[in-house]
Amino acid sequence: MAIASVLNKQGRPELVPSRPQLSLSGVSKYFGTSGFVALDGITIDIPQGQFFVIVGPSGCGKTTLLRILAGLDTQSAGTVAVNRTDEKRPVNSMIFQGDSLFPWMTVFDNAAYGLRMRRVPEAQVSDAVRSWLERIGLWRFRDRYPNQLSGGMRQRVSIVRAFANDPEILFMDEPFSALDEQNKLLLHEELLRIWEATKKTVVFITHSVDEAVTLGDRIMIMTANPGRAKAVLDVPFPRPRNVLELRQKPAYGDLVFHIWEQLREEVQRARQNAEGEKA
Amino acid sequence: MSAEVKGRDRLVGIATPVVLLGLWELAAHFRLLDARFFPPPSAIVHQFAALIASGELGTNILASLKRLGLGMLLGGLPALFLGLAMGVSRPLRAAIDPLISATYPIPKSAILPLVLLIFGLGEMSKVVMVALGAFYPIIINTVVGVANIDKIYLDVGHNYRASRWQVFRTIALPGALPSIMAGVKLAVGMGLILIAISEMVAANDGIGYMIWNAWQVLTVDTMYVGLLVIAVLGFLFSVVLDEIEHRLIPWKGRA
Repeated sequence: MAIASVLNKQGRPELVPSRPQLSLSGVSKYFGTSGFVALDGITIDIPQGQFFVIVGPSGCGKTTLLRILAGLDTQSAGTVAVNRTDEKRPVNSMIFQGDSLFPWMTVFDNAAYGLRMRRVPEAQVSDAVRSWLERIGLWRFRDRYPNQLSGGMRQRVSIVRAFANDPEILFMDEPFSALDEQNKLLLHEELLRIWEATKKTVVFITHSVDEAVTLGDRIMIMTANPGRAKAVLDVPFPRPRNVLELRQKPAYGDLVFHIWEQLREEVQRARQNAEGEKA
Repeated sequence: MSAEVKGRDRLVGIATPVVLLGLWELAAHFRLLDARFFPPPSAIVHQFAALIASGELGTNILASLKRLGLGMLLGGLPALFLGLAMGVSRPLRAAIDPLISATYPIPKSAILPLVLLIFGLGEMSKVVMVALGAFYPIIINTVVGVANIDKIYLDVGHNYRASRWQVFRTIALPGALPSIMAGVKLAVGMGLILIAISEMVAANDGIGYMIWNAWQVLTVDTMYVGLLVIAVLGFLFSVVLDEIEHRLIPWKGRA
């Protein structure tokens, strides 16, 4: 079975889940009375421990889909089933696009937010936050406020905030889109490093094909207007991955090119639609 | 900006009033100014010392400060709580916003006769006047502060399963704090204006009474002392409030 092989390839000694962690069936979203179809029948199973990337042009509804999965929005039709392995852990934590750290909290308090909201004893919170901040090299900045940090550091803190909460699923909504290329590269490496150590189920949204291929186990390409799943493909590269080495491989370039070809039609179609509406 | 330039700015800032006071003193001395309307600063300082020595000034300042303090609490606390509730609850905002918009433009001084009618000539009428002045800026700024919190912070709160109370405590209140503090500063300024006005009309002590009484008995020196005291109080309040703001809102950094 495909799921079992993916997990074995990752060297996971734990149980092979009989059911996927996230199971979407016909998830659709319509807006208003105009009948605008933001999402049209998205059906996909995401196994436990998979880094699942959704890539698509802007306006394809990928953020809407993620918000539905995270419970911040509701679908108009279809079902989302979550299989939990541990009732005590939170179902999901989201890493948001752009600045989502609370400006009025220090790095430490921001990182501790999820744990504190579910009333984990303070000693445990302190241990967990310390180990996470140390792991990502921000422990000495624990008393700083977000406005005293660079954009890259802020996004690292919000990664810590999500990981420290120890959810079953991590949702990431274009978390690096506001960063420059150098910072993006460093954060890709950092994210891969800590994710490969925890192997949580991840659903990652991006419009960057490079980002999708660098990070993901499996990629879903979405079309715009209506938002549909155009193709789902496996990323064959082994882990742990080295971001720079990976990008030099011919297979990497081939895969990026293949995805781009599929996306290009979509981007062109979206542009024609937009121009048609204006005219 | 370099420390040198800052120091020079401060020096100029201090020198300007000192020079003006010197010119005033000279002009009064050489009778270029009518000393009945513009007594020389030396005479005002003299009168200031005399009023302190007699205890009169202390009594009046304390009386005004007490009314100001009670009025700020009486008007400010309900404004704060109602404002926070309105900021969080859309129905409450819809219900109360029009009332506030309709009554806010009424000059508070115009309500003084009504307040006197209802609360009499005692302490309460003055406290209520200050409370009215404090209420509006604080409630308006609190509602705006809560309502304008970036939606992404509320999404974070929901995603991390914060309860209603936790959202209020960890997001709404700290997020609105800068705006609330701006409201408090406006409220204190409004309170000073209203305490002076209401003490002129209906009081037997306080700084406003002192100024009005000085006009009635034509002790112009005392009148200037009263104005000076109000100016100094206003300045001190703004210094203290800036310090409180810095302590409460450490993430803003000192301006």
